Amino acid sequence: MENIELAIIGGGSAGLAAAISAYDNGVKNIVIFEREDRLGGILNQCIHNGFGLHTFKEELTGPEYAARFIDEFNKRGIEAKLNTLVLSLSKEKILTYSNSKEGVTQVKAQSVIFAAGCNERTRGQILIPGNRPKGVFTAGLAQKYLNIEGYLVGKNIYILGSGDIGLIMARRMTLEGCKVIGVSELMPYSNGLNRNIVQCLQDYNIPLKLHNTVTRIFGKDKLEAIEICDVDDKLRPIKGHEEIIKCDCLLLSVGLYPFNVLLNQAGVEVNMKTKGSAVDQNLETSIDGVFSCGNVLHVHDLVDFVSEEGTLAGKNASVYIKNPDRKISCIVNVNSGNNLGYVLPNRIRVTDDLKEVTFSFRVRKPIKKGTIYIKDGDAIIKKQFKSFLIPSEMEHVVLKDVDFKTFTELTVSVEETI
Amino acid sequence: MKEFTCIICPNGCHVTIDDNGNITGNGCPRGLAYVKQESTHPLRTVTSTCKVVGSNKCRVVPCKTETAIPKERIFDCMKEIKKVEVKLPIKLHQILIEDVCETGVNVIATKGIE
Repeated sequence: MENIELAIIGGGSAGLAAAISAYDNGVKNIVIFEREDRLGGILNQCIHNGFGLHTFKEELTGPEYAARFIDEFNKRGIEAKLNTLVLSLSKEKILTYSNSKEGVTQVKAQSVIFAAGCNERTRGQILIPGNRPKGVFTAGLAQKYLNIEGYLVGKNIYILGSGDIGLIMARRMTLEGCKVIGVSELMPYSNGLNRNIVQCLQDYNIPLKLHNTVTRIFGKDKLEAIEICDVDDKLRPIKGHEEIIKCDCLLLSVGLYPFNVLLNQAGVEVNMKTKGSAVDQNLETSIDGVFSCGNVLHVHDLVDFVSEEGTLAGKNASVYIKNPDRKISCIVNVNSGNNLGYVLPNRIRVTDDLKEVTFSFRVRKPIKKGTIYIKDGDAIIKKQFKSFLIPSEMEHVVLKDVDFKTFTELTVSVEETI
Repeated sequence: MKEFTCIICPNGCHVTIDDNGNITGNGCPRGLAYVKQESTHPLRTVTSTCKVVGSNKCRVVPCKTETAIPKERIFDCMKEIKKVEVKLPIKLHQILIEDVCETGVNVIATKGIE
């Protein structure tokens, strides 16, 4: 069996950044395993602009953003195995992968970075009743068909879910000459960025129905119509508020979840809130030397933060490879408190050189004025005011100039200021 | 009177501009500048794909207007983009349409394909 220093699973924005960063930190024997025929991941189909404002201080399209990282990757001569599917990962960090050249092959890595991205939730996962005709797609799949393959999946479109992909596709389909009839959002607020609500819906007079959902699907072979309905405060459809809408295509933009199957099989501890792995501040999972970053760890809204996480994972993998037997003085668990959907990291492994920890979190509901608290038991360690927190935007808070060794268990929460 | 949702930050201020051009509801100066631009001369970058011919490797190449164009020209611009047929190889940022719809802006490829 071949031995390598670092295996990176996934060649998208997280995996590319991880590879570049690990290489620049002295790890030369790296292999990226990518199941598609090209690097860049989901960026390849995100042809709209707005990427890279944090990283490059300019607005790029997805393929342009990817090209910057692919260029850097190629300059370093790092190996990428394309059209290659990783089938399993063991606790001993043995990867089994398959491709048409090598067949089913195994390789042993000193360290593994998991950067496999996320999946879209499907119709089955949200249980829309009715027939099962063709014409019902997840928004990202329709985006791939249109922007990469060059196929339009419908003419009269309805969209369920106001996540950013749904909004972007509303505009994209409109530009291609389709009629986008409307967008339904189950929650009383949109899950997309304001910018997308304005530039993808309002610019084209596409109505957004809040507190509304799709309750039935009609059509034998092809989609013919859907039934939409208002919902009450408990998100249950309200009798008498149904409306039938004729359409030949229903796009679902109803959430993303980490594609964490391989790590689950390897027995890595899962964070039940993100459905990704539980990690420490170095993005290391419960298996030593196995790291997780990007959308497979938790779903991001900005690619810049995915790249940052990849960079961090790459650097920490290089530290691990050089010195696998680190001395850890203690472990401090981190919990998500009031108003938080989740918080990362899940634990802090305190070492002597630990200086700061950045926490990432999402709020569970929009909060106009709030205070972020980091507490150790009842003791307030840090308090920070923050306005306009919304679930669709990930927040960060940094904790430094403290002695992490003295903590027992940290809780991050947001209290609403009224 | 016209109403706008500011897109500069997550707050999304509801800003109104009355018939005399008075702007109210913006939480900060950046919002004021945004609404001034939006109310007088809204601009958008158009992104789409152009048809690739003579290749069985790919059918489309992504493209964009090099800078933002007037919002009311978006559909004219799309008509021109749909007429383009391009052969491989395509260089990143190769010009696909010069001065699209006399806006002074080029449509360029956003991906290089060999």
